[in-house]
Amino acid sequence: MDVTGKVAIVTGAASGMGAATARALARRGATVVIVDRNAEGAGAIAHEIETATPVVGDVASSAFCDGVVADTMETHGRLDVLVNAAGVIVRAPAHVTSDDEWRRIFSVNVDGVFYMSRAAVPAMLEGGGGAIVNFGSIWGDVGSGGHAAYAATKGAVHQLTRSMALQHAREGIRVNAVCPGEIDTPMLVSERPAPPTPDELEAIAESVPMGRLGRPDEVAAVVAFLASDEASYMTGALVAVDAGYLAR
Amino acid sequence: MSRFEGIRVLVTGGNSGIGRATAQAFAAEGAAVAVAARDEARSDIVAAEIESAGGRAVAVRCDVTDEASCRSAVDAVVATLGGLDVLFNNAGVIYRERTAPETTPEEWDHTFAVNVRGTFLMSRLVVPVMIEGGGGVIVNNASYFGLVGGKGTAAYSAAKGAVVLLTKAMALDHARDGIRVNCVCPGSVDTPMLRGEMEEMGGADAVRHRFEDKHPVGRIATPEEVAAAVLYLASAEAAFVTGVALPIDGGLTAQ
Repeated sequence: MDVTGKVAIVTGAASGMGAATARALARRGATVVIVDRNAEGAGAIAHEIETATPVVGDVASSAFCDGVVADTMETHGRLDVLVNAAGVIVRAPAHVTSDDEWRRIFSVNVDGVFYMSRAAVPAMLEGGGGAIVNFGSIWGDVGSGGHAAYAATKGAVHQLTRSMALQHAREGIRVNAVCPGEIDTPMLVSERPAPPTPDELEAIAESVPMGRLGRPDEVAAVVAFLASDEASYMTGALVAVDAGYLAR
Repeated sequence: MSRFEGIRVLVTGGNSGIGRATAQAFAAEGAAVAVAARDEARSDIVAAEIESAGGRAVAVRCDVTDEASCRSAVDAVVATLGGLDVLFNNAGVIYRERTAPETTPEEWDHTFAVNVRGTFLMSRLVVPVMIEGGGGVIVNNASYFGLVGGKGTAAYSAAKGAVVLLTKAMALDHARDGIRVNCVCPGSVDTPMLRGEMEEMGGADAVRHRFEDKHPVGRIATPEEVAAAVLYLASAEAAFVTGVALPIDGGLTAQ
């Protein structure tokens, strides 16, 4: 799972699974470009993994995404890996989701993946290929009450993953997605009326076949595998990292 | 590298193709590997190759369609290696170019005996060993034909579909026993089995491009590319991954 010498962009890298992915790729030898709209968090991760200054901005802006790739090419001369980890969640059924919430979640979870990938493909082709790893979700595969917009965005990511995989299959660009289950991240406890109590967290863990929440580094390890040459025959795959959630 | 130092692995169908590549890959990363297959002479050769490369391997006779043979193979491996941490159910057989009416009941039964019952027999023997040892990993070799249908593969597709769902059901049963159960779903892989199929279909030169062209990446896989995925699923890196059917198919099932 060596990625030595590869240049990787990780969006949403200031926290949670994005941060864990940045750490995992850096530990395995990659040069990691940290992208996040949270300047403080991005700076802390960049400092920790001893990489360059993070790029602070919002992937919902196509100009920003184009700039991230252009800057990466200018600084490092190549782009081998793009991990689209930036994501937000709205915990509401459709009938009480506002226009703004709907637009915002699509602009980050779907537009952001599209903008970054669109910018990355020509850069990867220049270097003879690359790997894109998107963050899907168990909720992009199966439905569940209470987060209609989020599920819709992740379903879109799954199909964007497959379509781009087929489009670039003969160009050396592999496109896959991880589908995390219930992972112990800031997102898990965010956007709720109140932070979950220990009992509520326990109930979430109990809903998973393994009976526990996943750790961000357990998802990052799968991302690192998909980004590495070990996965050279894998493209268009949606890989569940869910302790058996989708096996039911 | 020593990702699997101290880990004991049993590979069925371990003397050829994907099984052989996987046995070699595990051994190269520190595991002690039991090469299990019917043809002991060929297993001895693979074990000797591994040993001469500096790895640790034992050959054991195992016919996965025969419960007594499975039992004696598992007993022998556990006795020799002191336990078992990883089982790769890889032994498989295909009768190609046969629609259901063209498949004899004997061919159907044999396809299921090797691919499905063999996976079941080995797994049911190994699970108690793994539980006693505190956990383990089972990786089954399914196929993209376990995810989508294919012309002329009625028995094989049905059998591999069964393997995929056996994988998921066992993953749930043992999710809290520390045993993870996953499967790989390879596309076409450059193995003796595929080369045999190509011969039946008119010769590799004539039909190889048909296999290559159906994969979006425009080529077939190497056995090592499947082995890399098996090792990944068996590794601690996949600690939160269970019940998964992992396509290693060059984009085939993304279509």
